[in-house]
Amino acid sequence: MEGRFANLWRLTVNESKFVESALQSELRVDGRGLYDYRKLTIKFGKEYGSSEVQLGQTHVMGFVTAQLVQPYKDRPNEGSFSIFTEYSPMADPSFEPGHPGESAVELGRIIDRALRESRAVDTESLCVLAGKLVWSVRIDLHILDNGGNLVDAANIAALAALMTYRRPDCTVGGESSQEVIIHPPEEREPLPLIIHHLPIAFTFGFFNKGSILVMDPTYVEEAVMCGRMTVTVNANGDICAIQKPGEEGVNQSVVLHCLRLASSRAAATTKIIREAVEAYNRERSSQKVKRHHTLAKSEVSGPIVVVRKRQQQKKSSGQEKAAEIHFWLWLWWLIVTFWR
Amino acid sequence: MEYVNPEGLRLDGRRFNEMRQIVAEVGVVSKADGSAVFEMGNTKVIAAVYGPREIQNKSLQNKNDHALVLCEYSMAQFSTGDRRRQKFDRRSTELSLVIRQTMEACILTELLPHSQIDIFLQVLQADGGTRSACINAATLALADAGIPMRDLAVSCSAGYLNSTPLLDLNYVEDTAGGADVTVGILPKLDKVTLLQMDAKLPMETFETVFALASEGCKAIAERIREVLQENTKQLEYRRAA
Repeated sequence: MEGRFANLWRLTVNESKFVESALQSELRVDGRGLYDYRKLTIKFGKEYGSSEVQLGQTHVMGFVTAQLVQPYKDRPNEGSFSIFTEYSPMADPSFEPGHPGESAVELGRIIDRALRESRAVDTESLCVLAGKLVWSVRIDLHILDNGGNLVDAANIAALAALMTYRRPDCTVGGESSQEVIIHPPEEREPLPLIIHHLPIAFTFGFFNKGSILVMDPTYVEEAVMCGRMTVTVNANGDICAIQKPGEEGVNQSVVLHCLRLASSRAAATTKIIREAVEAYNRERSSQKVKRHHTLAKSEVSGPIVVVRKRQQQKKSSGQEKAAEIHFWLWLWWLIVTFWR
Repeated sequence: MEYVNPEGLRLDGRRFNEMRQIVAEVGVVSKADGSAVFEMGNTKVIAAVYGPREIQNKSLQNKNDHALVLCEYSMAQFSTGDRRRQKFDRRSTELSLVIRQTMEACILTELLPHSQIDIFLQVLQADGGTRSACINAATLALADAGIPMRDLAVSCSAGYLNSTPLLDLNYVEDTAGGADVTVGILPKLDKVTLLQMDAKLPMETFETVFALASEGCKAIAERIREVLQENTKQLEYRRAA
């Protein structure tokens, strides 16, 4: 919480003492277990690459777009991607419009590091002309409602949007094969991005000088907690990124315990995301198939008719010619027979 | 590219568990309440602390009974090979937040209510491990300013290249694409305050790298303690004379 409105909402002493004493007896204010996550729903929009994630009361939307740019000088045959976060004041009165605050920048960088350094998104396939033109993918994350634990929700929104995004197909052609033609989606089917693995973020909150830890803290718990840690893991058991930005010190054993907890949950969350994406893809492709079905009928019926006509004509001309030859033969036979 | 040759020597001739040379000096900025220069190999960082002083911007004050800690991290435009475009970018914002929260954990802020402590960090030469050098420099500067602290906050980085955990990465090893783990600990209390990692690592490998970085931190803590004791002896000598 920063800025002019930082003092607008402050937790009362009663509330913070209540949350802390409840945690001493391993109870959370909303009735969850210490390591339980809130309900996760993933929805998709009409456009390719737009996703909407709700984690309890936290609501985040993700949008993916791409455009052709010049590559960086030190990576001439790799595409790039960048993440932008939009902390709308409608989500939380302490968010200021315009210039992103510290926590917005931190959130963007956590997700960016997890995707970039672990090579989740394949950047080499985004290259069109080495050294001249590459695809630059831009992920926009809009926070609509801050119910706590923005990092996890925004991370899932980014992954869901990346998995359903389709970029336009383009071919290199022209005289000296330097021209790039971008095909519109009606002409050629747009292509999905190549994603090697899904790095999923799990946030922990520390209470009582680091001795109590919870997963998926809510807004109230975030105001009370003395420290936090975000661990990004994938389903293969790799740790993709860790962010513990200072604050309360914890023992090494607690850190390793958090890593193990996160690794054990990665497979389940990956499955949820993949199932949601597959359901969306099936629905989209079933809509497309209906369209193509009617088109195909009219195209195919045309030539068949034409072919039949030509065959009939061929038959009639053959018959005519045969009849003609017959006639001349008969005439010749007549002449030969009766001329003698 | 080979970062560790078969004999076990790295690009600059160090072994896998050797740190770069540390040079630290206290009291370099005369105007500041406390200041320090910290060098880890070719990485050079200067820290200046102003405080405790009156709060300049009342709206930033969150807790009435604790001191307010502000931190600003910036890289000089001449610190890297190519001249940097802008001094304050998103990376600087994130590092300012991270370092501020690390120092807040070790400063006894409840002893200095209604006051503000400013920590200014400037990277003069960047060769990998700048955030670790900044935290170490800030610790020295805070001690020089006489601000009460729970423990010394020390930090060190470690990585994993060519299937070997390496301590204290320089710029070339950092940008090689392997993992980079930065650890900040409070050595006497044996608590981990800062932990940042990027690039993929399996669990067991991470534990090895983490342990190596913690060992490096303890070695730096020894060095910082020596520097502070030497500085105190100098002050005592000057006062006695």
